[in-house]
Amino acid sequence: MAKIWVRQAVLRALDDAMKEDPDVIVMGEDVAAAGGPFKVTEGLLAEHGPSRVIDTPISEMGFLGAAVGAAVCGLKPVVEIMFIEFIGVALDQLSTQAATMRYLSRGRLTTPLVVRASAGAGQGFGCQHSQMLDHWFRGTPGLKVCVTSNARTTYGLLRSAIDDPDPVVVLEPRILYSEREEFEHDPAYRIPLGQAEIVRPGTDATVVTCGALVRTALEAAASSRANVEVIDLLTLWPWDRKTVAESVARTGRLVTVEESTATAGWGADIVSTIAVEHFGKLKAAPHRITLPDAPVPYSGVLEARYLPSATYIAEQVDALVSTNQPPLPWWRNAA
Amino acid sequence: MTSLSNSNSPLARREALESRLEQLTRMIEIRSVEERIQKLFGEGHIRGSTHLANGQEAVSVGIARSIDPDDIVTCTYRGHGHALALGVTTVGVLGEICGRTVGCAGGLGGSMHLVEPAVGLLPTAAIIGAGLPIACGAGLAARTRGKDRIAVSIFGDGSSNIGAFHEALNFAAILKLPVVFVCENNLYGEYSRIDLTTAVEDIALRATSYNMPGVMVDGQDVDAVAAAMETAVARARRGEGPSLLEMKTYRYSGHSRSDPATYRRPGELDQWLKRDPIDILARKLVEEKLLAADGLEPLKAEVRDAVERAAQEVLASPHPDLGEIMSHVSAASADGDRRFAFWQ
Ligand SMILES: Cc1ncc(C[n+]2csc(CCOP(=O)(O)OP(=O)(O)O)c2C)c(N)n1
Ligand SMILES: [Mg+2]
Repeated sequence: MAKIWVRQAVLRALDDAMKEDPDVIVMGEDVAAAGGPFKVTEGLLAEHGPSRVIDTPISEMGFLGAAVGAAVCGLKPVVEIMFIEFIGVALDQLSTQAATMRYLSRGRLTTPLVVRASAGAGQGFGCQHSQMLDHWFRGTPGLKVCVTSNARTTYGLLRSAIDDPDPVVVLEPRILYSEREEFEHDPAYRIPLGQAEIVRPGTDATVVTCGALVRTALEAAASSRANVEVIDLLTLWPWDRKTVAESVARTGRLVTVEESTATAGWGADIVSTIAVEHFGKLKAAPHRITLPDAPVPYSGVLEARYLPSATYIAEQVDALVSTNQPPLPWWRNAA
Repeated sequence: MTSLSNSNSPLARREALESRLEQLTRMIEIRSVEERIQKLFGEGHIRGSTHLANGQEAVSVGIARSIDPDDIVTCTYRGHGHALALGVTTVGVLGEICGRTVGCAGGLGGSMHLVEPAVGLLPTAAIIGAGLPIACGAGLAARTRGKDRIAVSIFGDGSSNIGAFHEALNFAAILKLPVVFVCENNLYGEYSRIDLTTAVEDIALRATSYNMPGVMVDGQDVDAVAAAMETAVARARRGEGPSLLEMKTYRYSGHSRSDPATYRRPGELDQWLKRDPIDILARKLVEEKLLAADGLEPLKAEVRDAVERAAQEVLASPHPDLGEIMSHVSAASADGDRRFAFWQ
């Protein structure tokens, strides 16, 4: 096994997919000649040429819409949205056009399109360049949404997203790009969309998380007094009900750790499903650890408080396990 | 000599721009602040990214001296120079970029989000094209409320490829809104030269489709910038509608802090350095007998010292309280609605 940067896992996934399937094309701002704003497409242009690796103007609506049209007509476009917020100017093409193509044609037209974007907080990019925004997509029938958490899951999810016959949004926590990890390169490797992974077994509580917070949750689990099971959800929609339900049946406690605002975070759906369908298995009310309902602050001091830390997660989990009462979030404790 | 520039009041700093010497001083200040920001980044005081505008100082000062402090300005992440020119203090800009309470957004915004309602500056936007429609709305509000105020929107050449540019220009033209659209054509959008991304290299040509004046301006000459602005501003105030001004300029730095700008055409930077906006204005002031023949270097040193004092003041200043995270989300979240009242 060799060590690679997480951003190189994106490159390997794109490169392998392009080698295997001539219909796969890559589009985005500065993805070709410059090798990508985050260097995740370095070398792709030289390898696959300008008709398949395409630099675009700053026209997200234009090129995402073109990707929708190209997907309907036989290509498999992978579109890079540099920071997920930039999809705001192009949202119609994804959530209203791409997402309804299959429905309106009663299955005769499809949009095998991948939108991949850097996302998330923690680096001081400020409130317009630090969100996950998965809730913009989760609520749209016709779209799938997943979140990568390391080199392996980046590769496995991206390959599955490109294989998928429908539009998929892949959110890549930007903060992970410069992590260096062991990675076994296998072009056949896939992580099926909709399948979660238990990344740490435990008996006292099930912590469900995704993205950059997987690392943080594992750190919290290691320092917690309780024996915590950690699940990397990987796909936020459709999410893996079976893996989560079975885990909660064993531990009796559910905690979601989300890089989402308290309102509209993905954990709300998980908690309600488990509470409704597996009420009898719960020893305590399910608990959500989220961001507050506020924009992402720039100041490092504030952003460190804003994001759940390992210490905070461990405190919250320990409080839940020891009392069977969900603790208050920090912003309500302070009030 | 630079006492007004050093004032703590954005409004006083703005009014000081009536002086020719102050215009030069401010351009030097912008350059010095950008250089200090670069250094602060290296020293680990700045998070995320920063987008410097050294080389583009004449555009900032030319705009600021041509409009009133209660005219509205929308601008992009490449906004340090514009904020300083409009009147935001060096401590306000450096403080924001270092995330301190003395920053003009109290440390909530960072480099890409500078703001000062007292001199008309709405929060600078980090999304391409966002400011253009907002400027239309400011112009609409002014007209509807019977004020002869105007709005200016500043954006880059690459931004003229986004839908919001075209929608805003057409909207402003149809409603004859008092807006001046100012494109800073510095030949690059991120790492791509304009010819690779944009169907025309003269953005002013795009005004034709929206039936408004489109003017190409020497963006390195503060007086040329101001002259073009004054014409467009007068037209807007007369109710005759919007204009598109294209400032031909150049950024000396890369796109953002991590960009060595290896994509530049060979020799291009050197050509532009020969037409440095600070040198151009300094030469004029010597001719106008407002600056001694050997006055530029001492002035630069004086400004650099002032910027350094501001940087030290910022670094000694506190980080925001944690309560700030929740305090400004809605009128209900802090001490009620304390909105700034424009044009009372
Ligand atoms: C909608 C959107 N797409 C992409 C970006 C990323 N981005 C930031 S600056 C920039 C280049 C802008 O070029 P230009 O308009 O010429 O302005 P300059 O940076 O040269 O001042 C890009 C693509 C963004 N901020 N918003
Ligand atoms: Mg530009």
